Amino acid sequence: MPEPSPLHLLVNDVAVTVAQGTTVASAILIAGIPTRQSVTGEPRGPLCGMGICFECRAIIDGVQHQRSCQVLCAEGMKVCTT
Amino acid sequence: MHHMTERFDILVVGAGPAGIAAAVTAAAAGKQVALVDDNPAAGGQIWRSDSKRPTTARTWLEKLAASSVVRLQGWRIVDSPSRGVLRADGKDGCRDLEYNQLVMATDARERFLPFPGWTLPNVMGAGGLDAMVRGGLPIADKRVVVAGTGPLLLAVAAHLARRGAKIVAICEQAPLRRFIPFLASLCGESAKAMQGIDYVRSTFGSKIYLGCWPVAASGNQKLETVTLRRGERQWEERCDFLACGFHLVPNLELPALMNCRIDKGFVAVDHLLQTSICGVFCAGEPIGIGGVEIALLEGEIAGLAAAGNTDAAIRLAQRRTRRLGFVRALATVTELDPRLKELATNATLVCRCEDVSFGRLRHHDSWREAKLHTRCGMGACQGRICGTAAEFLFDWDSGSIFSSVRPPLFPVRVSSLGHADTLADKGDSLASADMLASKETE
Repeated sequence: MPEPSPLHLLVNDVAVTVAQGTTVASAILIAGIPTRQSVTGEPRGPLCGMGICFECRAIIDGVQHQRSCQVLCAEGMKVCTT
Repeated sequence: MHHMTERFDILVVGAGPAGIAAAVTAAAAGKQVALVDDNPAAGGQIWRSDSKRPTTARTWLEKLAASSVVRLQGWRIVDSPSRGVLRADGKDGCRDLEYNQLVMATDARERFLPFPGWTLPNVMGAGGLDAMVRGGLPIADKRVVVAGTGPLLLAVAAHLARRGAKIVAICEQAPLRRFIPFLASLCGESAKAMQGIDYVRSTFGSKIYLGCWPVAASGNQKLETVTLRRGERQWEERCDFLACGFHLVPNLELPALMNCRIDKGFVAVDHLLQTSICGVFCAGEPIGIGGVEIALLEGEIAGLAAAGNTDAAIRLAQRRTRRLGFVRALATVTELDPRLKELATNATLVCRCEDVSFGRLRHHDSWREAKLHTRCGMGACQGRICGTAAEFLFDWDSGSIFSSVRPPLFPVRVSSLGHADTLADKGDSLASADMLASKETE
């Protein structure tokens, strides 16, 4: 069986290539970018990995407040951290 | 806005092992069943998409695929607008799901405890890091400290080690003497005992410390060093990730919204797993943390009972009773050491959404008072992380934490609040709508 083709997406302006089945939260970690700034300006990354903590929320293809750990990457996706 | 109403005999919430078993069993009894879940794929946290799913997982997922169950993946329950109706929110709007019988299989989440530096990027839950790795994060050659309490630590360490991670240390807060009754309880759970042996083999060569926990994490913009303490000894370990979770706590938001009776932190059920509300059943971790085997059994019991097949449900319920010893033993071995309450300093954040520090919370007497004065628990996670921590840190009553549950159960986009007329009927729920409105305009 041929390897499924990798996916290309942009996290902020960083090009990231990931395998199919990768979550957006993992793609943001691969890009080495915090998922958000806290209300007092701390950098944050994913915590729970299961849609509970909201630390990984990002703007995905223009839709705000997406829990990136519960969204799978798609070809050409544009992700913006906050 | 996208909006529709669908009707089912039985609605099952949560597509982990308990929910899958409940849905498949009820459908096999001839009922029209829907299974709603907020993840991209069925399987829950334990059966996350992975090339090497255990045989039990493959069997149940195949049964689900072959069944008549209507699968609603990527939808999360946000409200119960009227009796017999749940409202689900998804990418394309919301939908109302009507049911005669409801099975709640809402699983559990990790308990996180605050310590200096726990908000740094790359400090995650144990299950949290595991989910990231199963979700595509490369972990080979990364240095990982696994800490907290519960069997999940060993399971995660074993999985990450197999993926090539360097497990620097496994730190379990429980002391050695606590494990003797726990190991005895495994005698009746051969599958779990075999799994434990497999985990120990996979983590062979890693240092396992009992009675040990992290006291600080530090680094420039992300984690670089973890400080560990065991008794009087304190030392530092350099690492790329800290996977730290203090066992599991059930997700009780939906049961609380349904007004189901909650007893000592778990949903109260009868022997057929019916809650205090007629026609509303509960299975899996929300009625007692026991892992996948007992969750499957509970799913089957709830599915049969909801479908009206009481005789078969009673027979399975007897098998469940025999396994409850493991649930009790697991609760005992994971009891938290009171010294863990002293890890947070005044400056340590407890509420990560609103950045509320331990020092600002410690003088309050209750969860409600702390919320009103500090905004603790009023951010996006609605207290799911800090409420659980505060309950342990300050001995606040968990009943009061769950009595403040109100719709929407999860923040929803304002554009999805087209049903705000029904939300307004519930009085103070407008506050959460206000909170969302202010978040939207950030």
